[in-house]
Amino acid sequence: MAFEDYEPVIGLEVHCELKTATKLFCGCPTTFGNEANTQVCPVCLGLPGTLPVMNGKAVEFAVKIGHSLNCNIADYSKMDRKNYYYPDLPKAYQVSQYDKPLNYGGYLDIVTKEGTKRIGVTRAHLEEDAGKLVHAGGKSGRLDSSDYSLADYNRGGIPLVEIVSEPDIRSSEEAHAYLTALKSILLYIDVSDCNMEEGSLRCDANVSIRKKGTEKFGTRTEIKNMNSFKFVKQAIEYEIKRQAAVLDKGERVIQESRLWDVTENKTKSMRSKEEAHDYRYFPEPDLVPIILDKAYVQKLKVELPELPGAKRARFEKDHGLTAYDAGVLTSEQELGQWFEVGAKLTKNPKGFANWMMGDMAAQMKEQEKELQDLKFDQKKLAELVDLVDAETINSKQAKEVFLALFNEGVSPAEVVKSKGMAQVSDPKAIEAAVDKVLADNPNVVADYKSGKQGVIGFLVGKVMQASQGKANPKMVNEIIKKKLDV
Amino acid sequence: MELYQKTIHEIAADLKAKKVSSVELTKATMAHLKAVEPKVQSFITVTEEVALAQAAEADKRLASGSNITPLTGVPLGIKDLLCTKGVQTTCASKMLEGFKPPYNATVVERLNAAGAIMVGKTNMDEFAMGSSTESSYYMKTKNPWNLSCVPGGSSGGSASCVSADQAFASLGSDTGGSIRQPAALCGIVGLKPTYGRVSRYGLIAFASSLDQIGPMTKDVEDCALMMNVIAGHDEKDSTSANVAVPDYTTEMKKSIKGLKIGIPKEFFPEGMNPEVTEATKKAIDQLKSLGAEVHEISLPHSPYSLAAYYVLAPSEASSNLARYDGVRYGLRVPGENIVEMYSKTRAAGFGPEVKRRIMLGTYALSSGYYDAYYLKALKVRRLIKQDYDKAFEKVDIIVTPTVPNPAFKFGEKTDNPLTMYLEDVFTISINIAGVPGLSLPCGLSKTGLPIGLQMIGKPFDEATLLKAAYAYEQSTDWHKRKPSLKEN
Ligand SMILES: [Zn+2]
Repeated sequence: MAFEDYEPVIGLEVHCELKTATKLFCGCPTTFGNEANTQVCPVCLGLPGTLPVMNGKAVEFAVKIGHSLNCNIADYSKMDRKNYYYPDLPKAYQVSQYDKPLNYGGYLDIVTKEGTKRIGVTRAHLEEDAGKLVHAGGKSGRLDSSDYSLADYNRGGIPLVEIVSEPDIRSSEEAHAYLTALKSILLYIDVSDCNMEEGSLRCDANVSIRKKGTEKFGTRTEIKNMNSFKFVKQAIEYEIKRQAAVLDKGERVIQESRLWDVTENKTKSMRSKEEAHDYRYFPEPDLVPIILDKAYVQKLKVELPELPGAKRARFEKDHGLTAYDAGVLTSEQELGQWFEVGAKLTKNPKGFANWMMGDMAAQMKEQEKELQDLKFDQKKLAELVDLVDAETINSKQAKEVFLALFNEGVSPAEVVKSKGMAQVSDPKAIEAAVDKVLADNPNVVADYKSGKQGVIGFLVGKVMQASQGKANPKMVNEIIKKKLDV
Repeated sequence: MELYQKTIHEIAADLKAKKVSSVELTKATMAHLKAVEPKVQSFITVTEEVALAQAAEADKRLASGSNITPLTGVPLGIKDLLCTKGVQTTCASKMLEGFKPPYNATVVERLNAAGAIMVGKTNMDEFAMGSSTESSYYMKTKNPWNLSCVPGGSSGGSASCVSADQAFASLGSDTGGSIRQPAALCGIVGLKPTYGRVSRYGLIAFASSLDQIGPMTKDVEDCALMMNVIAGHDEKDSTSANVAVPDYTTEMKKSIKGLKIGIPKEFFPEGMNPEVTEATKKAIDQLKSLGAEVHEISLPHSPYSLAAYYVLAPSEASSNLARYDGVRYGLRVPGENIVEMYSKTRAAGFGPEVKRRIMLGTYALSSGYYDAYYLKALKVRRLIKQDYDKAFEKVDIIVTPTVPNPAFKFGEKTDNPLTMYLEDVFTISINIAGVPGLSLPCGLSKTGLPIGLQMIGKPFDEATLLKAAYAYEQSTDWHKRKPSLKEN
């Protein structure tokens, strides 16, 4: 069967570390990158006799996530124990949520080339993170074959929210768009650093394929160990092709966990022994159920900032931006805020947006600058937009002015003045220059008249050259045409 | 009478009046403790150094005349599943041999703040699983009333040390009867408070939703004194209740005239030991003569409590005890790989009863069995709780025997675990319902073994229990009898 005859069915599980000051059940700090086992106490080490106490801030952040993903917030929610043995889990159970998650039944709208699509969010529940293991020696870099392993419990007990999507995703592009949109929301509501390198955002993907037009899901595999959005995309693409090849051979896909191998660019089967778990969930008896006051839940909803989706729609409507442009400018909260200030200072917000996403973004990337490093404010960029719109300078000049603005923070009006750049838009002056160029280039004029209309660019260039780049190119073009088309 | 034979309220008066110093008292108690310890074997660890240092501190406090509590300078025993900073805490298991917690249990902190002295960590059934203290990895504690009998369990050492005057009182823990049953078998007072009344922080968990710490004392007044110190909300334990704590010694002394007592017919089954039946009935008559009204009641679901308990408690235990994996502390038996290390460590570290319960619980929680066992047991739990709620609409306390029989001989019930489980048949539903229960002496068998009377109260109404117990106790002299410390 041709590869195109298969339809992928993808669901994503995202783990997001909350940026609370302290851990989920104890007072230990959550800062990243400190010396191993310096941010631990009897509670997060699971020492005999210790008990957890719920961090109220973590519940607040989790509810905010629920609201921002359009979830129902449970009237009654509880913590459960997920039992399994692993050295990074000091109690040999993870306190998580099983049948009564805090948030359930939400959705997230994503934008791809094909337009907007709604992806269901099954649940977003609260749980504790595990510690970290470092394996020394051995072949696979895994626990079962290492010479010895070291455990660092600094991360153990940091609050996590696990966000589980419905299997509504149909391509690696949609998966990427979902993750981008989700990360953007989490940053907007300021509940997580979303740093994939530091592990504060992690993603597993459930992937299966089925024949196009059929309803029944195929057997899925779970892909783990994808440390960037790029890898998620690559791993999903690889896995879809792998499964298609398996089915084409007449074989069956095995339900299993697979690891994304960054060096070989492929997914690899984990030994099934490590994942043959019966987690024996049951209610955590050391904690009381989470029963939230309705007014409190509502208050958290009201206090949410404007989210990327709403902002995008507003940018399209109020500022005449395309869906794509609005998407780019709302992907990060600071970018959107920067744009909005500028949009009010010019009559041409679309032009302002173009500068932001074009030359400004390029220079920022090249010079590794962030918004807060800029030497100019929105007022000065708006000035440039207006100078172009008023045809005081042409687009080529504008680029030069922008560089001065970006590098030195000089006001565009001053640059134009000091460099004597003001565009010549006096029809008489331009006409005189055109006449001279036409007279000097009779052959080209003849070519044009014989039908080679493309040579007009050459003539415009000559006029621009003669005016030292100051002539209004649009007018030059019009005047040349008027003279030759007679 | 020797100093160490006194009660807390008696010795507290002596200490306050400076008739004796805490150091003198501690030394005298320690000497007696050591003298009888070879016979009784109440303690896994004797903490003489700690005790003498604490006694010196207590004497400073007593000398200053301020901040003195009835426990200041008084030697106590602590069950070896309560974490004591820097002092070995084993749960009577090989698994935790040499384990020194870096922190104190909240109850230990509270006793320290009151100026109490710790003479040692008491023996118990391994991880509190048992009713005879025979499953301890370390030693067999003897019943001071007959050294060839068990002291009960799991808080066997906490009961025997008080009974044998090795300590003035002790702390025990009770998951299905582990304070009340040994208190009954050793002829002392034991109280399992309402679930949530005393902080569990630092109590090494057996079954988290059932475990509760409580005092084991020579008489009811001492029990009230201990409760005054250990009861109350603790922010480190989310399940500890923020309910006001009365002054139990004041409440205790109030009259029981008109107190309504319920007698549940289910707690007097046919074929029960006639001596126990008779002692219980006599005690009920005594309470009546003191002005209480007696009503027959029914707790219809109590026959199911043992079955529900042996699903719920092992389920929680299987999870609570999973952390003993050899990775971070306690016993480690090396293996070729991590799984082998886990299984070798746990095979070597746990005794047969603990393994039996871990397997029971693991099975009950397994997928495919959860609904049939765990969920069903939770439903039974709700019904049992409703039984008590209903009963307490009519009566103020419920009175029953604590245990069907007096103390039994070593080895008598170890071959068949079910006969051992039946030891808790009258105490277990109290934990399932989360209500408070107290046991106090109400007689002696013909062979000279103590018989216990159980009083069950409304949630957070330990005061009424202590009041009824005190009234009864003051009208009898069972609590004044002393054990022989001989083999019969
Ligand atoms: Zn901690």
